[in-house]
Amino acid sequence: MNFFEQDSLGTPQAWAWALVIGAAFGFWLERAGFGSSRKLTAMFFLRDFAVLQVMFTAIVTALVVLHVLGLFGWVDVTHLYRTETVLAPQIVGGLVFGVGFVVGGWCPGTALVGLASGKLDALVFLGGAMLGSVAYAFALPSLAGFTELGACGISTLPEALGISPTWIVVAVVAMAFSVFVFLERWQRARAA
Amino acid sequence: MQRQATPFWNPYLSGIGLGLVLVLSYVVLGAGLGASGAIARTSAVLADRVAPAAVRHNAYFSPWFAEGSPLAHYLVFMAVGVLLGGFGSALNAGRVAPGIERGAGASAFVRLGYALGGGALAGFASRMAQGCTSGQALSGGALLLSGSWAFMFAVFAGAFGAAWFVRKEWQA
Repeated sequence: MNFFEQDSLGTPQAWAWALVIGAAFGFWLERAGFGSSRKLTAMFFLRDFAVLQVMFTAIVTALVVLHVLGLFGWVDVTHLYRTETVLAPQIVGGLVFGVGFVVGGWCPGTALVGLASGKLDALVFLGGAMLGSVAYAFALPSLAGFTELGACGISTLPEALGISPTWIVVAVVAMAFSVFVFLERWQRARAA
Repeated sequence: MQRQATPFWNPYLSGIGLGLVLVLSYVVLGAGLGASGAIARTSAVLADRVAPAAVRHNAYFSPWFAEGSPLAHYLVFMAVGVLLGGFGSALNAGRVAPGIERGAGASAFVRLGYALGGGALAGFASRMAQGCTSGQALSGGALLLSGSWAFMFAVFAGAFGAAWFVRKEWQA
């Protein structure tokens, strides 16, 4: 029984766990080099693909482990918190977020790691992100309609595409490996 | 005493570590990782100091005050953890160094201006999309949520599309 399905994410026990999990999250982000805005943005100038490599490896790892745990009946994804799909705000939000990422040099999680590493630009980015959050809260009334555009409820790729989850997992893993092999060869060829 | 910073770890190793932390989060908490939620909740508390009437009547913020402080939330504790874990790792690797990171083509003033503007866009967009690269792309992506994958591809499209315009900011 996890905290979410017991409706107890608001308890001190859950907060203690969240603190520990957050510390492990911050540790790995920093080890990967994501306490550096130059490293984070280098991908968008085709100089360093660590962002893609780390992110896709993390997704594939979690995807495969959760899928296997699910096959054994040890994890039931319907008992996990899943954000509902609302296509228009998530696609437009993604585009705007991407612009903010390359202009600002951080995303919210890595900016926390950057701040912990002493980066002033991370602190300023976080200040900006707070202003943006407040702006959204007060802009919400004028976004009525748009925030519900393309609402699909809880939607997964296997359901949306009508393909079995196992095949989707296999396809995502194969896609990630292909990208990794391509990147390794390309970087080696360019370095030579 | 100044010492040489140790190299970053292999990106695939780091990815596996990050992925296993995400699994732990789902198994124990029943929810994935997140970062922008804590930032938004902090912004609500700060805005409340400046304009309490407006914030308490705001449809987006007011529910966060209904059960006490908006900061009494697991995502806020997770963000504090990220700060602590990031600091511990950076300290251990000799990478805690006060400064402003920027490319050769941008002054510190310009760089901080871009950090503020980019942060504002990312903060606004993460509320619109109900999450950021942590909560949507990574956590939702691992559960194969349709909206998370749409968000992720949109983030890469937006960043690659805007990169040319800020190339001087990040000039090697």
